[in-house]
Amino acid sequence: MIRHWFQTGKPWIWFTASAVSISMILVFGLLLLIAARGLGHFWPGDILEFQYQEQGGETPILIGEIHDEEEVTAVRLRDAGIEIDGDDPVTRYLLKIGNRDIYGQDFRWVIEPNMRDLQKPEDLLTVERLEWGNFYGYLLSVKQAGATVAEGDAAWSALQERLSRTGNIQTEISSLEKSEIGAVNYGMERIRLEKRGLELDGDNDPVKLARLEKERAELQAEYNILKKRLVALYQKINRDSMILRSADGREVEISLAKVVKAYRPNAMSLLDKLGFYFAKIGEFLSDDPREANTEGGIFPAIFGTVMMVIIMSIMVVPFGVVAAVYLREYAKQGPLTRLIRIAVNNLAGVPSIVYGVFGLGFFVYFLGGNIDQLFFPEAAPAPTFGTPGIMWASLTLALLTVPVVIVATEEGLSRIPKAIREGSLALGATKAETLWRTVLPMASPAIMTGLILAIARAAGEVAPLMLVGVVKLAPSLPLDGNYPFLHLDRKFMHLGFHIYDVGFQSPNVEAARPLVYATALLLVLVIVVLNLAAIAIRNRLRERYRTLEN
Amino acid sequence: MSSSTTPTHAIDMDNLGRGSATNQLADETACLEIKQLNLFYGEKQALYDIDMIIPKKRVTAYIGPSGCGKSTLLRCINRMNDLVDSVRVDGEILLDGQDIYDKSVNVADLRRRVGMVFQKPNPFPKTIYENVAYGLRLQGIKDRRRIDNVVEKALKGAALWEEVKDRLQESALGLSGGQQQRVVIARAIAIEPEVLLLDEPASALDPISTLKIEELIYELKNKYTIVIVTHNMQQAARVSDYTAFMYMGKLIEFGDTKTLFTNPREKQTEDYITGRYG
Repeated sequence: MIRHWFQTGKPWIWFTASAVSISMILVFGLLLLIAARGLGHFWPGDILEFQYQEQGGETPILIGEIHDEEEVTAVRLRDAGIEIDGDDPVTRYLLKIGNRDIYGQDFRWVIEPNMRDLQKPEDLLTVERLEWGNFYGYLLSVKQAGATVAEGDAAWSALQERLSRTGNIQTEISSLEKSEIGAVNYGMERIRLEKRGLELDGDNDPVKLARLEKERAELQAEYNILKKRLVALYQKINRDSMILRSADGREVEISLAKVVKAYRPNAMSLLDKLGFYFAKIGEFLSDDPREANTEGGIFPAIFGTVMMVIIMSIMVVPFGVVAAVYLREYAKQGPLTRLIRIAVNNLAGVPSIVYGVFGLGFFVYFLGGNIDQLFFPEAAPAPTFGTPGIMWASLTLALLTVPVVIVATEEGLSRIPKAIREGSLALGATKAETLWRTVLPMASPAIMTGLILAIARAAGEVAPLMLVGVVKLAPSLPLDGNYPFLHLDRKFMHLGFHIYDVGFQSPNVEAARPLVYATALLLVLVIVVLNLAAIAIRNRLRERYRTLEN
Repeated sequence: MSSSTTPTHAIDMDNLGRGSATNQLADETACLEIKQLNLFYGEKQALYDIDMIIPKKRVTAYIGPSGCGKSTLLRCINRMNDLVDSVRVDGEILLDGQDIYDKSVNVADLRRRVGMVFQKPNPFPKTIYENVAYGLRLQGIKDRRRIDNVVEKALKGAALWEEVKDRLQESALGLSGGQQQRVVIARAIAIEPEVLLLDEPASALDPISTLKIEELIYELKNKYTIVIVTHNMQQAARVSDYTAFMYMGKLIEFGDTKTLFTNPREKQTEDYITGRYG
């Protein structure tokens, strides 16, 4: 019976199908895990207030959000010195108690049997702050310039009003600081470099110097005006504050300028929570990071990743295609070309960190150093290109992925029918014209396949980037409103590195963990989007250059 | 005409070498002169001492069994064989008195003067218009109106204009095999070559398309010198003025089509056309 079943060949089908199923389960399982952990982070959980039986006999009131839970055996708890009745496993919660400025830590473990009087009071407030993380507690009063303006029930609506006011001022301040003052600073630096350049050239033409001095004075005047506006705004934003009471009864005054938002999750309806959830995801996607990357958004990292991949694509495609054209079309096929092909294929297997080291040594120090000496002597000793930056990172990744493009392009070139080439040659085209007008366009879907593979590899690469341009926190994006707009020498943030940094270098591990999942999910999404874009282009090209059916 | 609507099994002796029955090879002006041509693929010799004259504005056909070297000889005329690494050619081919194998000859220029149509239709994966305009674009012609005119003229010359004039901007790959082959012919005549080489142009086509191509060849010989390779003797008999019979890399017999088919000089030719081998 079994033997007969084997003879039908069905086991083979089952065997191969199960291999596919296992890989699918693994991939989707992984994605599901990242998605569940990462997306859950943005949901406004209820805040609990309860009395907790400490080991020392004290019974403090605790306020916090449940962050995680696990089952622990009674034996283990006893080993840890916690007294407990019975031998049943006990649920243990990780509670986010916030208020790091008061307690010194914002997470603690509590065990379920010791929790009493569990409540979810509606007026419990979560305050998201620019510093020190969340604050959990009750709102007592709102103050304006030191004088109390609202207390009790009226305080909540007064707070919301004033928060939206400080929010507006905050936006004004950051736009003033980032774009206007940023532009002035950029201009000042440019003038300084120009002046230094003149000095180095031994050119002390008074007309030029006077012009620079005049420009500098203008910028300085502009800066003084902006500075005044900024000071005024800071005074305005620091006007209001609020008094909060924490779980242990301490009263704390918090300036509204330091508050990102305040909300009462226990009083929110499901709809409110949904709205809050999506607003929070939006913030995550569009804001700058705060608090050592454990709070705020990751927009600069998304931007840096996408931009790096685009610059890499622009560099790797021409380079790889030209190399493949020579190898396949012009080089005499023989042992040498075979050797080169083997070498190219092996290059794809070199550990990426090796590329990073090479990039640092060759691109950054050698090429960048020489570029600085030749073109930016006025900036010395500060390096311009002689330091890691987005261009070197893109170039290093281009080098890392060029074998993929070469192999795919060669494959594509070899599939173009001989008849098409002959048809072109017979019309008086040279080989180069034939390549350019007919063969390469027909091979473009294959080139795109190479690019897709290159993008998939490059976008997920982290190790080499740490050496050639990625940083934990970049002060400005590589693309902004200051001439020449694209700053290839700047350092940048990257989602892959962000995951590493938040996950393993963060001072606040518990707070950062969900962000690791969320960032990982986002990185996967970014790669998927980049790939889908490339696939869409490839399919269009395929449709266009569909070769003869036979 | 009636006998050529479908390829017949018997050769229609009355219709041989249409319109040129009285022509004699000696009276023709030479377009191409092949002199002592030998061709080697590495060590293996594929053509032996070919000597012949291809007359101007006539259709010359090469017939012979598979592997006899007729395609190789044809591809010598526009130096398509240069693309094969191991090929070596001895001897001369004179086009209007100049040796095309001379070092001073620009191969691209030569191929512009000697167009070629292949066995399988090989239109580029571009629009019909761009296929025909390809040769002009290669020459750097940008003038839109001029290209329009040439494309129209070439498509009319290839008897395809009426069928495709409303869809010039559609892909040439969407056409039928016969139409594709006529696009390829239009593409070749758009750059007005002196000689048109046809390498079994109808062998991949159905009988109706074949007929159309044959009629087209008949039209084209007013303007171009045509050399056609075919393994179909009826076709050679129908379209050509002169026929060359090749066997094992040698030119066995060359003469006007009527004489060659009715009264062959050589025994081998007679054996072949009467179907004893090939």
